[in-house]
Amino acid sequence: MRLVLRGITKRFGSMVANDSISLTVEPGEIHCLLGENGAGKSTLMNVLYGLYKADEGEIELDGEVQHFTGPGDAMAAGIGMVHQHFMLIPVFSVAENVMLGNETTGFAGTLDLDASRARVAEISERFGFHVDPDALVEDLPVGVQQRVEIIKALSRDAELLVFDEPTAVLTPQETDELMEIMRQLKEAGKAIVFITHKLREVRAVADRITVIRLGKVVGEADPTASNAELASMMVGRPVELVVHKDAPTLGADALVVKDLRVTDLAGHKQVDGLSFTIRAGEVLCVAGVQGNGQTELTEALLGLQDDVSGSITLDGVELVGRSTRRILDAGVGFIPEDRQVDGLVPSFTIAENLMLNRSFRSPFVKNGNLRLGALREFAQEKLQQYDVRARDIDSLAASLSGGNQQKVVVARELSRDLRLLVAAQPTRGVDVGSIEFIHKQIVATRDSGIPVLVVSTELDEVVALADRIMVLYRGRVVGIVPADTPRETLGLMMTGERPKDLKDVAS
Amino acid sequence: MNDTDKPQPGQPEDSAGQTLTEPAPGDQQGERSRSVLRDIASGDAMAGVLAVFLAVFVGSVMIAATDEGVREAASYVTARPSDFFTALWEAISGAYSAMFRGSVFNYLLTEPAQQWRPLTETLKFAGPLILGGLGVGLAFRASLFNIGGRGQMLVAGGAAGYVGFQFDLPTIVHLPLALVVAMVAGALWGGIAGLLKARTGAHEVIVTIMLNYVAYYLLFYALTKDWLLKTPGSVNPKSPPMKDSATLPKVLGDQFNLHLGFVIALVAVGVAWWLLNRSTLGYRIRAVGENPHAARASGINVGMTYTIVMMIAGSLLGLAGANQVLGTVTSGVSLDLDASIGFDAITVALLGRSRPLGILAAGLLFGALKAGGFTMQASESISVDLVLVVQSLIVLFLAAPPLVRAIFRLPAQEAK
Repeated sequence: MRLVLRGITKRFGSMVANDSISLTVEPGEIHCLLGENGAGKSTLMNVLYGLYKADEGEIELDGEVQHFTGPGDAMAAGIGMVHQHFMLIPVFSVAENVMLGNETTGFAGTLDLDASRARVAEISERFGFHVDPDALVEDLPVGVQQRVEIIKALSRDAELLVFDEPTAVLTPQETDELMEIMRQLKEAGKAIVFITHKLREVRAVADRITVIRLGKVVGEADPTASNAELASMMVGRPVELVVHKDAPTLGADALVVKDLRVTDLAGHKQVDGLSFTIRAGEVLCVAGVQGNGQTELTEALLGLQDDVSGSITLDGVELVGRSTRRILDAGVGFIPEDRQVDGLVPSFTIAENLMLNRSFRSPFVKNGNLRLGALREFAQEKLQQYDVRARDIDSLAASLSGGNQQKVVVARELSRDLRLLVAAQPTRGVDVGSIEFIHKQIVATRDSGIPVLVVSTELDEVVALADRIMVLYRGRVVGIVPADTPRETLGLMMTGERPKDLKDVAS
Repeated sequence: MNDTDKPQPGQPEDSAGQTLTEPAPGDQQGERSRSVLRDIASGDAMAGVLAVFLAVFVGSVMIAATDEGVREAASYVTARPSDFFTALWEAISGAYSAMFRGSVFNYLLTEPAQQWRPLTETLKFAGPLILGGLGVGLAFRASLFNIGGRGQMLVAGGAAGYVGFQFDLPTIVHLPLALVVAMVAGALWGGIAGLLKARTGAHEVIVTIMLNYVAYYLLFYALTKDWLLKTPGSVNPKSPPMKDSATLPKVLGDQFNLHLGFVIALVAVGVAWWLLNRSTLGYRIRAVGENPHAARASGINVGMTYTIVMMIAGSLLGLAGANQVLGTVTSGVSLDLDASIGFDAITVALLGRSRPLGILAAGLLFGALKAGGFTMQASESISVDLVLVVQSLIVLFLAAPPLVRAIFRLPAQEAK
């Protein structure tokens, strides 16, 4: 099926999310939409999928202009969407999920589950998916769940498949498998739109690349273009993709974690016997697929988890059992993985957000009164220093872009006297330009002799920042390896396998 | 603004990051009720004004519909439409001018002191409404819905009343003591809800509603026992009258009912303003109210903040209770001492958008409605219940901002 988008414009109030975007996707082609977060990729796809109505422009499928009023229309016309967060019901079987919303029923409304089962088996076989129709979705690994989504789209005879950031939740191996599936679908004559901001993946599978910036198409690129070329198209200026850092100047053992165990409310051990050490002036990166205990680890370090056993000492001081406030007082800086939830108060101004973890002591507090003058001065200075692009210090945090929000968090954490920095997904959802800046700040922190723990699910980031890499799988350490460990080895370790000849490196 | 992609409900955003970590279902629900509460409690000032305007308009329709003259003229409206419109005008203007005479300035009288007397009545009624509104509004700022105003007033009023009739002390000691006891009692009663929320996660709406009942029947019990509040020898559930040394003095002389309670309310507005906008405690309260997750990750003890807020809220409602017992009705503590102020306070806080100065304005408006309602009933024989209807409609319109926007064809609120 041939898709033509012609001059799609979508406005939200005064803001133009899509500015007359035109795009053609041929059958048997993988068309990559490359752009930063907030560039307008998802908006465009939501227009295509009938979730938004375009203010201008038209959608044409095989030469016919379409007027979608909702996703149902889009599906009927042969468009399938594979969402980043799967739209599956965990306690249903694969077959039940696939038929959901499109159930065939027999006498008196009984569900024809066999038909669905057969359909799943057929599609699964045709593309080599290896999916059991009767397995419960909650029991399946993430990569397989994603295949269920794909089967669901294919079972409705989708000819055009949209993958919206499909690799964010996958291991490197699963990503490779997905690429393979996409190629197969292409061979079968499907048209594929692949939305991403990861350059490596684009170059691996794309037949054509369209780069979007600030709601506009800024150009087409060739899959043979270099990373640097693609990045500068995305950002609109040359970007340094490599983090420059010198060899670390290591000090004494600073953070010592021994046999840490964290149990969640449901009674599951999320962190199971973790031991590691970070020395002063060292970056330890925690790698792993999302949901393998990283969140619980960082929260335990900050005293945000209730059920923690084992020991965490920072410069000889025990942190387990201390309140978050006292841990912060001990000099722990924290960049949380979701700034919107744990990092910022969106309805507060930038200045108010900058004092969030210093509401008890000087310099912004005197006898229970806020020292608004001191706060304003401080905020003004940090706005400059951290290059936060905002109208002024009274702008609401909610009005900032992801990158600028993150800079506010980074500014707040790094402007205290730190003895440890914990950075969880420090550049998630942050534009390339800000990533560069934040990475530099993290390296500068390390160089000033502070131990740094970075948690990231992006292997690129892990490799760029780490002095040593700790790979987590199901709450346990698979290994602690040097920063120059090959990606394939790291990818393998992220699935829980430990290569035979692997040697852990001590700090 | 670079962030052009809008997440749709159930529709993931562009990439890992922006708004993405999906909260657990239960958490999501909490998130939603919090944001709805925030919308209602802190909509823009325009919405408040429009809601009042709409409510008054609907009130006018009801006045007209229930007015006998209007109904009579309506029966021959096609024959003599002018009669109908005259009757309509007379009914509505009569009602609202009566309300004005009863609440601000009575131009039918000649003596200046008597002319201005309605205004002092308005202020008298406004005092406890402002205090209560502050109590509810402060809790709103921490995202807590304090429906327990009634219980907090009853407990505090009972305690203040006990001090008021039981002890013989000089005024300089007696009155402050009674006020402090009221604040402490209110704070304890409010604090229970805060503590339960902090420790067990019990929803404050349910807890405060139930505590209203508990307070009511506790007071009822106390009013039947001689050794507690009951007047010995009397059969009525009512306490002895307050000693003079414990009553709030009249501020404009004995010819006006306005007592010190209104001054206390004004001071409380100032204190609340300072607390919310200039103190670190207020900063933490707002942080907890707007985003408890970030507050917690920043070392703020969320549960403790809930408890403190509810204690402060309770002490403000306690002052409202003392205002009634020691100022407005000094003849003794009775079960209706709260005079529905505990609930009206919610309306006041909503209309005042949970901001101290807004609550001051809303409290004055509601005080005027109360004072004027009686005159309206007396001189135009329009039921005083109409005032309650108007009050309720204000809340209704406040709670449904899209409805108000649709009626006035205002643009939808821009997403951030």
